[in-house]
Amino acid sequence: MSNPTKPQVAFYWCASCGGCEEAVVDLADGVLAVVDAVDIVFWPVALDFKRSDVEARPDGSIAVAFVNGAIRTSEQEEMAHMLRRKAQFLIAFGACSHLGGIPGLANLWDRESVLRGSYSEAPSVVNPEGTLPQESWQEDGRRVTLPAFRDTVRTLDQVVEVDYYIPGCPPTPKLLMDAVQAILSGALPPRGSVLAPDIALCDQCHLKATKPDRLLLASFKRPHQVLIDPETCLLSQGLLCLGPATRAGCEALCPHGNMPCTGCFGPTSRVHDVGAKLVSAVGSAFDASSPDAIEAVLSTIPDPVGTFYRYSLPASRLRRKVSQAAPAEAAQ
Amino acid sequence: MEEQRVGTVNGQEPTIVAFFCTWCTYTAADLAGTSRMKYPPNVRIIRVMCSGRVDPQFVVEAFAQGADGVLIGGCHPGDCHYVEGNYKALRRIALLKRVLRTMGIEDERLRLEWISASEGDKVARVISEMVGAVRRLGRLDLPAKRRGWDAEVLPHGGPTEALAAAAAPDGR
Repeated sequence: MSNPTKPQVAFYWCASCGGCEEAVVDLADGVLAVVDAVDIVFWPVALDFKRSDVEARPDGSIAVAFVNGAIRTSEQEEMAHMLRRKAQFLIAFGACSHLGGIPGLANLWDRESVLRGSYSEAPSVVNPEGTLPQESWQEDGRRVTLPAFRDTVRTLDQVVEVDYYIPGCPPTPKLLMDAVQAILSGALPPRGSVLAPDIALCDQCHLKATKPDRLLLASFKRPHQVLIDPETCLLSQGLLCLGPATRAGCEALCPHGNMPCTGCFGPTSRVHDVGAKLVSAVGSAFDASSPDAIEAVLSTIPDPVGTFYRYSLPASRLRRKVSQAAPAEAAQ
Repeated sequence: MEEQRVGTVNGQEPTIVAFFCTWCTYTAADLAGTSRMKYPPNVRIIRVMCSGRVDPQFVVEAFAQGADGVLIGGCHPGDCHYVEGNYKALRRIALLKRVLRTMGIEDERLRLEWISASEGDKVARVISEMVGAVRRLGRLDLPAKRRGWDAEVLPHGGPTEALAAAAAPDGR
């Protein structure tokens, strides 16, 4: 039962993988301190509250709603609007609700090609009649409905106003703990802030000292193509580590595990379009001056959009693919 | 920002945003003007110190705000005032074109040209060619496309005024 003296907190998931929910569970013993301080009134993945329970609450009665996942369906959009009304603070939790995340890469396709690809063309699917999901279906006198599947994947703040962002795929337990404490104590930065340091990840990387002032790479390598030296800056080894263009806060977890940063925290506040900024950085990091030599080096980056906008395509200035045709390069 | 439009001659004419390096191509555009050469009025020239100063974010922003094409003019290879800025531009634009192609923006909408200070005629020719090519492709007009994409969702939702005031930390 809800305790009226404690601040009420809600968690919700939209187009996401469940990893952000895992981040809450990963608080481990810390979750006891959270449960001590707040009253969780909605958390579909873990607790049996229904949408109608939240609807019945007065507007603004929930102190904080953490929403993870991108917005892809009409149901997710309605839930975002409802939680916006019910909550004093709406927090975009994790890369998908912050920037669009991995589901946001579907903005290289459209509704029809996604449904066709998943329900009819995938090699593992047997669907001779080409049946696609319908929003409404009548059978034996009963009508069943599904939420509408949108053409474009959106970030949470493209649908409702967001107060704060907690970045990461998923956010680290420490970031969540820091955010909960900041909210409970009222020690919050200006509204609209990302609750992580506004510096590049390289500043938290243990390999920073080995990063050369000037990079002159001959080609780019993917992690499986090179025996990684764990003592040397990954970028200087030709790995496309996105640390220089990515916000700190994870304490360089991936470089610590010999994997290049893939940019899940998104850019710092000075960057307007992270993919374009990475094009700039990559263009300065290799040594070639003739068009042929440049093409040869660039061909070692097989999927520039999927690499540079891996977590942020819906939040990019272009937002989605313009025409309706399947993308030639990304489809390969 | 979102709804700003790069000026158009009329609703249907394509707009080209041009970034010209001050040492070569901008001087050449001046020469084209003082020599009374003619080129289509669809281009909006922005002077930059070097083609290497053109951050790919500028190009993406120009498209996002409604440009139908982006032209970058720099010094010929070997002539860069800053030694290698134009090579940097060459590498960046090659990569940016691949990004834009995947995003459905045709190659002809982004053009990089080397135009020295004495080549006023080349400024006029390149602008005429590019306006023709973009006109054949049709308008890109991303602001209008964004409005179309957003027709499928509810109006953007914010907190009620009382909630917004309650949520704002003191003094902000």
